[in-house]
Amino acid sequence: MSEMQDYQSSLSDPGSRKFETFSYLPAMEKDEIRKQLQYIVQQGWNPAIEHTEPEHAFDHYWYMWKLPMFGETDVERILGEAEACHKAHPTHHVRIVGYDNYRQTKGLEFVVFRGKPV
Amino acid sequence: MAVKTYEAGVKEYRETYWMPDYTPKDTDILACFKITPQPGVPREEAAAAVAAESSTGTWTTVWTDLLTDLDHYKGRAYAIEDVPGDDERFYAFVAYPLDLFEEGSVVNVFTSLVGNVFGFKAVRALRLEDVRFPLAYITTCNGPPHGIQVERDKMDKYGRPLLGCTIKPKLGLSAKNYGRAVYECLRGGLDFTKDDENVNSQPFMRWRQRFEFVMEAIHKAEQETGERKGHYLNVTAPTPDEMFKRAEFAKELGAPIIMHDYITGGWCANTGLAQWCRDNGILLHIHRAMHAVIDRHPHHGIHFRVLAKLLRLSGGDHLHTGTVVGKLEGDRQATLGWIDLLREKYIKEDRSRGIFFDQDWGHMPGVFAVASGGIHVWHMPALVTIFGDDAVLQFGGGTLGHPWGNAAGAAANRVALEACVKARNEGRELEKEGKEILTAAAKHSPELKMAMETWKEIKFEFDTVDKLDVAHK
Repeated sequence: MSEMQDYQSSLSDPGSRKFETFSYLPAMEKDEIRKQLQYIVQQGWNPAIEHTEPEHAFDHYWYMWKLPMFGETDVERILGEAEACHKAHPTHHVRIVGYDNYRQTKGLEFVVFRGKPV
Repeated sequence: MAVKTYEAGVKEYRETYWMPDYTPKDTDILACFKITPQPGVPREEAAAAVAAESSTGTWTTVWTDLLTDLDHYKGRAYAIEDVPGDDERFYAFVAYPLDLFEEGSVVNVFTSLVGNVFGFKAVRALRLEDVRFPLAYITTCNGPPHGIQVERDKMDKYGRPLLGCTIKPKLGLSAKNYGRAVYECLRGGLDFTKDDENVNSQPFMRWRQRFEFVMEAIHKAEQETGERKGHYLNVTAPTPDEMFKRAEFAKELGAPIIMHDYITGGWCANTGLAQWCRDNGILLHIHRAMHAVIDRHPHHGIHFRVLAKLLRLSGGDHLHTGTVVGKLEGDRQATLGWIDLLREKYIKEDRSRGIFFDQDWGHMPGVFAVASGGIHVWHMPALVTIFGDDAVLQFGGGTLGHPWGNAAGAAANRVALEACVKARNEGRELEKEGKEILTAAAKHSPELKMAMETWKEIKFEFDTVDKLDVAHK
């Protein structure tokens, strides 16, 4: 048994802020993001990009980056849009959404560029 | 139409209630019973007796039978089938006309279907295996207050199962210490914590203080993690008035979700509470205490798939379904069957999953399947495979029992869950590669590493008591 460890998390430490699915894992490398995009495409979901200032990350509505890419199946194009959004808003969280229009929900949603939390 | 005349006395049931040529209507409620007849009673007579006693029949002819059109209202035994691997018992299929039942009342439907007939001497044992609810009846029921999609939107959780934990010890904590346990779980990364079903409003912890402290825990954990959190505040109470009083206070405090025990609390209370939850925008978690009394014996009682359908009609956004892999009973194929019945729009007859009828739910929302009981991080790959995304995986001991405490236990489960979902999406086979996936994830999470060391030896490998009926000869 290793020694007991304190759980590091507090209101004053912005590093404690999470942003839902996959935010307890290390930030993904490009190839890992591609695989998740591939999954979104395979499910027939419509990809979309959203971003927000980290201080407003709790809100349901983030800013849309353009419109959802209806019917887009090219993983590189989707990733390219996420990168363009990040370039335009380098301090923001940027997330990828897979809209499932049949079940009227988001099949997947996860942050790919993590801004500096507050 | 031929005129009927009154003849007092006892007739054989099959003269009236055995109708092998009957073609069920789309609007009929259909039931499949597994019958263990008394020795010497022919199958047709036993099936007809069950149809009679669960509908219009009584033991003798009465003159008032002739004041109505019994041929319309009667239940009809229309088919008999062998039970695979069992010579003694058989399945009987019974069709009931829609207007035999009050609209929107599972109470009324089951008072007939599983009423006096279950104590009827002419059968030695009786089990209700499945019920087909026609769309015409479903549209009269309120159903889940919100359903899976609305809950995901409200809680802002997508692309993964949700994570929960039942607070332990289940009895005896003060409200303030209880709130502490909740807070620790939520800040560590769980989405929900849960009142134990035994927690209502005992002297050691009255409901009002529990609700207040728990809500403070939720608010603080939300601020700290930036994620939406909830705790199933159990409003199960001695009387409906008291239940609604507690629900109102939960709403006043801004609680996102409350909880009810639908069997011990009763279906009348449950249906009323579900309607209240719809009206007030509060999610409803449903526990199933006492179900095993009713559903575990393979020859007598009500199969859980029927209790699950009943709940979807009565109303609930979550229902406990068993885990397959944990400490509680549940056959894998049968469990897959009833989680489909909870979540999907249309479920085809599939005897390999114990489903006897096609079931069309129309527009009725789905219910989250809740897997809870004796599960820990090592089960995560199997749980994600079995349950998919629309489930709540609840680790009680598997969170609170972590050597470093609840927050660490919660973080371990969250990391394990996300690693499994990520790997699944990448096309990896979770049940084969589970160990490698978890071990790799633990490199970045000392909490997960510790959890894996703590629980690596714990298994619950007992055979299931209630198995699906399959030929073994």
